[in-house]
Amino acid sequence: MRKLITVLFLVVLTLTFFSVSAFAEGYTVGVVVKNVGNPFMDAAGRGAEEACNELGNSFIFQGPPTPTVEGQIEIIENLIAQQVDAICITANDFDALVPVLQKAKRNDIKVVSFDSAVAPAGRDVHVNQANPELIGILQVQTIAEMIDYEGEIAILSAGATMTNQNTWIEYMKEELKNPKYENIELVTIVYGDDLRDKSYNEAMGLFKSYPNLKGIISPTTVGISATAKAITDAGLIGQVKLTGLGLPSEMAEWVHNGACEAFFLWNPIDLGYLASYVAGLLCDGAITGEAGEEFSAGRMGDYTIVEAEDGGTEVLLGPPFRFDISNIDEWKDIY
Amino acid sequence: MTDKPTQVKREPVYLRLRGFREFGIIIFIIIISLLIGIRNPRFLTLGNFHDMLLDTASLSVLALGMMLVLVTGGIDLSMESVLALTGMVVAMTIKENPHLSPLLMLVLGLALGSLLGAITGLIVAKGKVVPIIATLSMMYVYRGITFIISGGKWVSAYEMPDSFKEMATGRLLGFSNLITIALLVYLFFYYFVNHTRVGREIYAVGSNREAARIIGINSEFITCLVYIISGALSGLAGVMWVARYASAQNDTASGFVMTIVAACVLGGVSITGGVGTVFGVLLGSITIGIINNALPMIRVSPFWKMALQGLIILVAAIVNIAITRNAEKSQLRRREL
Repeated sequence: MRKLITVLFLVVLTLTFFSVSAFAEGYTVGVVVKNVGNPFMDAAGRGAEEACNELGNSFIFQGPPTPTVEGQIEIIENLIAQQVDAICITANDFDALVPVLQKAKRNDIKVVSFDSAVAPAGRDVHVNQANPELIGILQVQTIAEMIDYEGEIAILSAGATMTNQNTWIEYMKEELKNPKYENIELVTIVYGDDLRDKSYNEAMGLFKSYPNLKGIISPTTVGISATAKAITDAGLIGQVKLTGLGLPSEMAEWVHNGACEAFFLWNPIDLGYLASYVAGLLCDGAITGEAGEEFSAGRMGDYTIVEAEDGGTEVLLGPPFRFDISNIDEWKDIY
Repeated sequence: MTDKPTQVKREPVYLRLRGFREFGIIIFIIIISLLIGIRNPRFLTLGNFHDMLLDTASLSVLALGMMLVLVTGGIDLSMESVLALTGMVVAMTIKENPHLSPLLMLVLGLALGSLLGAITGLIVAKGKVVPIIATLSMMYVYRGITFIISGGKWVSAYEMPDSFKEMATGRLLGFSNLITIALLVYLFFYYFVNHTRVGREIYAVGSNREAARIIGINSEFITCLVYIISGALSGLAGVMWVARYASAQNDTASGFVMTIVAACVLGGVSITGGVGTVFGVLLGSITIGIINNALPMIRVSPFWKMALQGLIILVAAIVNIAITRNAEKSQLRRREL
């Protein structure tokens, strides 16, 4: 009797084992974000999960509690130990993650960086939000239309050392040299360090230092929302225009009250989707990450891998998405 | 020694002013305001004065709580996290129940803050953990809980009812409600610290714990109490902060505790305990408020701003020390007469 039970038990166990391995036919994609608890990163995670489900891959979502390199390294080591098939990462540092990611690649793990790149040595391919030049140009064009191509404007950025923001600001300055903006003067660039109180104070300071100020560009999510609140509190809605890069949930109130008529952001859901789709294709061997390769990414359509400025290769998501009164209510609950 | 009662010589007004502890910081506030006013005349307008006080409102409430802890010889690093956690809980509550009164939210903030402060207080008073370690740990614990309960999500402006946001933008007798709240807090604590038995016992414990114990002061109770108060005031400031910026983030006020300590020290509070006045802390907070409000207005490069901020705080501290020392000397001289 006891023998029978043992045999039965073993049979059940073996069957379970086979059925589990049958289920796990797809690849396992680990998505590592800058930090958890960031609405933008959570939205990217949702997009990545969507692509994994479509391709029949399993999905792991992880990130350190604060945006540190050490936290990400630890998570990647764990993913290597778990023998995942691909890692999608939005890096907290361009260079520092390279050694651990190279270790991952030696273990036959495909590495896709997205949103914020790692150096080419540590990745197979990068999925970039949008062309930084386009991001800069769009914001200048939008503020120019808002103020009828005339008057003083200012930029309220995040930290003075932020690579992303500084690149966009360079392209903004470049765009402003175009003769059609000759009546627009960029009077100053101030930094709110992505702190709400400091950004709010800097915005208030702008109104007081530059009484003729017509517009503000704030290419950072906390900055633009704090500036909108400052414009509202100072009673300057309509007199000082605002655009930049912001989260729809944070900006809904200010689009409705008129403090900010339009702003931009790439769609993090699409970004996560594309990154995780590319990871799936890399595991499949459908692409290798070389420049010139073409592929179709599910609902997102067709893409081509191109040479990136940093010497590696990348896929560009597309132009940033414009949010205004016509679509803000659809998006405010999403991210 | 003579039998004749000593006759106190009346000094001229300016000399008597010198004996006033907060004299230094007042002089500093006037000078720095004039200098900034020369650079940008809009700094010296009534409207800007109001903005500056509004800016100072939550800081001054926090600094008051910190002062009481510092006076007992402790320090409360967890204040910024209590602020964030309470702000998040209140924002989530008002998001789900938009009909609730903003006043009730203030009460909720005070209550939750007291509870969190009591936990920290018990760890310090009963657990005998060094304040800087106990409050540093609780700073991380409360910040972590903020992430957990919010699920990492922010509460945005459109999710808060107008009545709640109007608490920060509304005015009473020409002054923003937040300034009124801060003022009421200050009046209450001015009375509490100077005219109640418990208030005086806080200083006794801070000046000489052993002597305080011998004369029968329950120093464990007093220690616990100051953390409850600093928690309550952090909670109150959390509600004020969230209403003011119409947004609750997980990382609200991260790193703000340094500003709070700076306001206290500028206001003449001693880090080693026993010394500090309600009025001084108010002036210290206003000084920080002026710096935060003025720097964006003086049209200098952001890197200069950073350096200037440090420099101004340093000069303020030096002026303050010099004049306080002078005041103590002249008081000593008067006693010797």
